Amino acid sequence: MQYLVNVIDSRSNSGTEEEAVAIDAFNDKLRAGGHWVFAGGLADPSVSTVIDGRGDEPDFTDGPFVEAKEWAAGFWLIEAPDLDVALELMAEGSKACNRRLEVRPLLVV
Amino acid sequence: MTTLRRVTAADDALTRAHREEWARVVATLAKRFGSLDLAEESAAEAFATAAERWPVDGIPPNPGAWLTTTATRKAIDRIRRESTRDARHREAHLVYDTQPEPVGAVDDDRLRLIFTCCHPALAMEARIALTLRMVGGLGVPEIARAFLVQDTTMGARITRAKAKIAAANIPYRLPTADDLPQRVSGVLTVLFLIFNEGYLASGPDTAPVRRDLTREAIRLTRLLHELLPDDGEVTGMLALMLLSEARSDARVSSTGELVPLGQQDRGMWDASLIAEGHALVRERLASGQPPGRYQLLAAINAVHTDGDAPDWAQIVALYDQLAVLDPSPIVRLNRAVAVGERDGPEAGLALLDALAPQLSGYHPFHAARALLLVRLGREVDARAAYESALALTDNAAEIAYLTRRLARLAAR
Repeated sequence: MQYLVNVIDSRSNSGTEEEAVAIDAFNDKLRAGGHWVFAGGLADPSVSTVIDGRGDEPDFTDGPFVEAKEWAAGFWLIEAPDLDVALELMAEGSKACNRRLEVRPLLVV
Repeated sequence: MTTLRRVTAADDALTRAHREEWARVVATLAKRFGSLDLAEESAAEAFATAAERWPVDGIPPNPGAWLTTTATRKAIDRIRRESTRDARHREAHLVYDTQPEPVGAVDDDRLRLIFTCCHPALAMEARIALTLRMVGGLGVPEIARAFLVQDTTMGARITRAKAKIAAANIPYRLPTADDLPQRVSGVLTVLFLIFNEGYLASGPDTAPVRRDLTREAIRLTRLLHELLPDDGEVTGMLALMLLSEARSDARVSSTGELVPLGQQDRGMWDASLIAEGHALVRERLASGQPPGRYQLLAAINAVHTDGDAPDWAQIVALYDQLAVLDPSPIVRLNRAVAVGERDGPEAGLALLDALAPQLSGYHPFHAARALLLVRLGREVDARAAYESALALTDNAAEIAYLTRRLARLAAR
């Protein structure tokens, strides 16, 4: 079972050196436990572009699809047998990146 | 046997089986099929079949086994009827659920069911609804009535909780030994909320004491105690509920008014519930283990129900212990009231007034203040305090009590 973990933030580029070190250590732990799938940091939502390709010509719009006070500043994709394991792991992840996290299950195909 | 007698006997057997076997049937099926939804639907179908068959065929020798077997057949039929995609999904769960369980806790499927329904990733109101439905076997309309919401709202709440359990893969598993105390505490919170909603119903249109809810909470807590007999906090919670329930008949007067503990007719207390509660408190004391929050609350209630009048010095000492574990303003409010009884109203009032910033929106704070102010002869302040309390409560029996106190004050 895979879970998407969004890192919740309200400020841009707010990560610190200390946080980066803690996140690296946490990622090593994810890899060692076989939970690592993928992870990445995201640029500020203000530099995003919305695409609507459903019409004849694709339509591009500047900015995020929804203005929000909080957004995803990064994410993990993890592998865990169930939500209890995911929650226990990511409680540590939350401590490492010093942010609140949202754990969201991927649909089982 | 006449037909009528047979029907009555079957009804009785079915009522008893529903009370005793519902949780076990749901729990067994949830384990086997990995789906709470399927377990609930199939259990309900099995009970409906029993209602048809038992009056005609007679009561089976082992009603629980009959119900489990019937529910299992219904579940298999249902899986066969459903699309292959759903069936595959369920098979995947099935494989996962056969993983070995952590050791160290009692192995009973009903315990798994309780922990799943009270999972911390679910909203509190969903935990309460799910526990009453899946473990308690209450119908959706009954639960909706208990919490004063529409049937459809309650139905949607339960459906959404089940959907989250399935989609997020909340496991149907006993917590590990490390997690156990915290998870048990989460279950106790749910049971206590159910009890308290019955003990002091919050709505303006409900009876002030809802015995259906307090009894259901006690029944569920008894089950948890049976499954985790060595857990001190579960024992403490059961004792606390029994000692509170024992006073129910004396708590509301014939005119529908709340009667404070000190003025209750002790002859109306249920002696057997009090004896049972006291025995549980003594059992915890004898264990020599440091008491948790619910054990201390139970001990306080045991002192209140012991002898002809409470030993206030002992109650203050117990609140002192409780305040260390739980320094919440509500614990400090109760401690202040006990100090007021032990050392006099001035001492109690000084402690209470210090809590005003946190508790000015909480009606028992104003009611407790009013009582102390009356004892100090400060009638104008007492009247204002009663009025603040009245403005903050919806409970009919409390309103009646506070209104009478206020009227008596005005008449002086």
